[in-house]
Amino acid sequence: MQTTLTVNGHTRSVDHDPRTTLLDALRDSLRLTGTKKGCDHGQCGACTVLVNGRRINACLTLAAMHDGDEITTIEGLGEPGALSPLQQAFVSCDGYQCGFCTSGQIMSATGMLEELARGDPSHASPDLAQVSADDAEIAERMSGNLCRCAAYPFIREAISLGAKGERS
Amino acid sequence: MTQTFRMDKPQPRLLDETRQGVIGTSMDRPDGPLKVSGQATYTADALPEGCVHGMLVRATVTRGHLRDIDRDSIADIPGLLAVVRDPRFLRNPAQGMAGEAPDQPGDRIDYHGQPVALVVAETFEAARDGALRLKLRFDSVAAEVDPDHATEVEPQDPTESGDWNAAWSGAAHQVDVVYTTPCHASAAMEPHAAVAEWQGDRLILRGALQMLRFNRKELADAVGIPPEQVQILAPYVGGGFGSKLGIGTEAVAAALAARELGRPVRVVMARQTVFDAVLRRTETRQHLQLAADAEGKLLALGHDDRVSNLPGEEFAEPVSSASQFLYGARATRFRQDMVRVHRVGAGSVRAPGEAVGVIAIEAAMDELADALGMCPVELRLRNLPDQHPVTGQPFSARALADCLREGAKSFGWSDRQAPGARQEGDWLIGMGMASAARPNMLVKSAARVRLSAEGAVVETDMTDIGTGTYAVLTQVAAEMLGLPPGQVTVKLGDTDLPGASGSGGSFGASSSGSAVFLAAKKIRDRLAAKLGCAPEDLSLQDGLARGANLEAPINDLLAGEVLVEEAEIKGGKTAESHFSAGFGAHFCEVAVHRWTGEVRVRRMHGTFAMGRVLNEKTARSQAVGGMIWGVGSALHEDMSHDPRTGHVVTRDLANYHIASHADIPRDMQAVFLEERDDFANPLQSKGVGELGISGAGGAVLNAIHNACGVRIRDIPATPDRVIAALEAAGR
Repeated sequence: MQTTLTVNGHTRSVDHDPRTTLLDALRDSLRLTGTKKGCDHGQCGACTVLVNGRRINACLTLAAMHDGDEITTIEGLGEPGALSPLQQAFVSCDGYQCGFCTSGQIMSATGMLEELARGDPSHASPDLAQVSADDAEIAERMSGNLCRCAAYPFIREAISLGAKGERS
Repeated sequence: MTQTFRMDKPQPRLLDETRQGVIGTSMDRPDGPLKVSGQATYTADALPEGCVHGMLVRATVTRGHLRDIDRDSIADIPGLLAVVRDPRFLRNPAQGMAGEAPDQPGDRIDYHGQPVALVVAETFEAARDGALRLKLRFDSVAAEVDPDHATEVEPQDPTESGDWNAAWSGAAHQVDVVYTTPCHASAAMEPHAAVAEWQGDRLILRGALQMLRFNRKELADAVGIPPEQVQILAPYVGGGFGSKLGIGTEAVAAALAARELGRPVRVVMARQTVFDAVLRRTETRQHLQLAADAEGKLLALGHDDRVSNLPGEEFAEPVSSASQFLYGARATRFRQDMVRVHRVGAGSVRAPGEAVGVIAIEAAMDELADALGMCPVELRLRNLPDQHPVTGQPFSARALADCLREGAKSFGWSDRQAPGARQEGDWLIGMGMASAARPNMLVKSAARVRLSAEGAVVETDMTDIGTGTYAVLTQVAAEMLGLPPGQVTVKLGDTDLPGASGSGGSFGASSSGSAVFLAAKKIRDRLAAKLGCAPEDLSLQDGLARGANLEAPINDLLAGEVLVEEAEIKGGKTAESHFSAGFGAHFCEVAVHRWTGEVRVRRMHGTFAMGRVLNEKTARSQAVGGMIWGVGSALHEDMSHDPRTGHVVTRDLANYHIASHADIPRDMQAVFLEERDDFANPLQSKGVGELGISGAGGAVLNAIHNACGVRIRDIPATPDRVIAALEAAGR
């Protein structure tokens, strides 16, 4: 079957099996392999992408469900020599080790910062009306993104640093 | 043929004399921009022209034989190409540094989850469908799966010294306790993957592997071709932690299927298969016996353990490894029982031995300090041996006492109160500490360095599994050749390049770095000759050579020539004359909820001494990553097996709990003390990847005791266990 996606600003048509996940369509059909498959069950977050601006586990959704949707993957944020402030912050803070969960961490953080800016509360918010971007909030909101190398403190340092850069 | 350099005597500290000033700095990883933009290529990212997809199918009996495969059961699947079944399939991955194929059991099944067939199809979806629906028939026989009740027990040779009975019975204070730890999974974020492609008789395999020099031989042996016909590529590996040390079932299946079908085959393990069929860390039962005199001097130290593995697997978790040299006692005893069970095989998971053994010895030491009414730091300081208590070797460099003292000061250990004394609402706050130790090794490693006007290129089949190899080899070459790091390119992960140690046992950076150091040193000697000075007078910095009142740009000395040097290093006499290990001290503050039993780590501090630090930033990441593994093992990780069939129950990341962001505080500090280990290697460096985990879980357990007064001896300290302990203590 055919599905048309707008990926990183480009309209792409994908011919795929009805069972194909958005993740496999991105990786194997469109060859955008920056998005990783860590568990294929929505448990690790390595496949996080933005769909119409909202973060989502690409392994838990079928490509066929996204006809006409706007998808942003890690390749859409920046590339070596032209990294986004958040990507650059991951490099300078060593917010990774093996790098396999990194695309997901950065995409999740990108979506998460939008949610924070919008004032969406979380389990960690002491006051539902006044959401701050402190470490407890970021840790709570990033907990769907596992990192077995356990770069967590440096990932969150990078997110804090990168968020400042994205705003300025 | 390059002559191999043997580490027979201490080498000059050349890296303290060189002028470039990049070694040891917090340089960003050169591979970082690729990793943060999704351009670093991991195995499963490859999809060569015509590549098809394979999915492994597992045995669903514990022990017996595969009688037949009902291929008709999936014959209706469009795009199905083959059900590949070959007697050369592996029972389990090879153990680290095996260099030969592991057990190839044919139709024999030894554990529930053993990969027995590969369904190959044009699409991933069809292959997955086929693998889920394929009907297999097995003959099944009874099997022992529970180490607590298994009857096949193999006592290993004990290590004993002194008169145990005299030392034990005369002691003023005794601790006699049993600690248990569950099985652990490496659970690297990248599932095990292989993409196999044949070019005539030559097999090209992209693999998620840690030790290519060994993996090439293992794969060749498994498939039945000479190693020269195998090329393995692994430029980026998504974490290993021991689970990718040896060639895996997925690689051999992919290679055989690709040959059978005449097309490239990609096999990526489903996450569940990673749990089912990749080597686990054994569960342990550890019996600790510590006896001390009234002043806290250890008289007897016993650390007996029981571990398990599949029949026929030689690997036995060296549980008491660090207990044998951390402290001394008048009498010591280390015994191990190996229990044979039909569970997925056991092998190396980050810091085999120390990861579980140091938790137990350090928790037992805390119990002893408690019995003595003595500060736990002071108890350790009083018991540091003058030499390795078992082998009698002098320590090459051991700053454990400094780590204990400096760490205590940095952490604010003097604020620690009596158990249960500090409360904040419903939270009980406590502090705990533990020592850390991990033996250091030098493993045979080769590298080639080319210097031209364009800069330097380093080539080796070494891997970077997140450990920072690209960064540290860049720094070693840049430092030695007097170049800005931007002028050094490091090429890794290709068996056509000189064979390195591989990544494992915390020896990768030091071993492969030493090979780069020696190759670069040969280039330095040639540059010195070209300049006209003695090698020891040569100074290289920012592309300029100086020596004996002479000065010239390196490029002028090269005059268009490309200098190529290769070097190989291996361990020598210093490994026998001296005992080399990294040391450290962990300090941890936890909060324990008095009603729910939840344990939160609030902050953690590690002070480490592991020789020369090659890159402060990547070393810190390694150390803190290890400390977080320690938190995970103390509080979360528990790989459970069905007591009837031995199958892994916690076979995904929702059921096997590794630490997540919310489990880990931002305040995780790792501090490195200045040290040089002259007996380790020419870099005077030691490993760090496994030092951070050693003892970290013990500090967490000891902090729990300080918070609420109870000892959790069956880890992880999950809320149910903490509540039960609190209730039993009447709190």
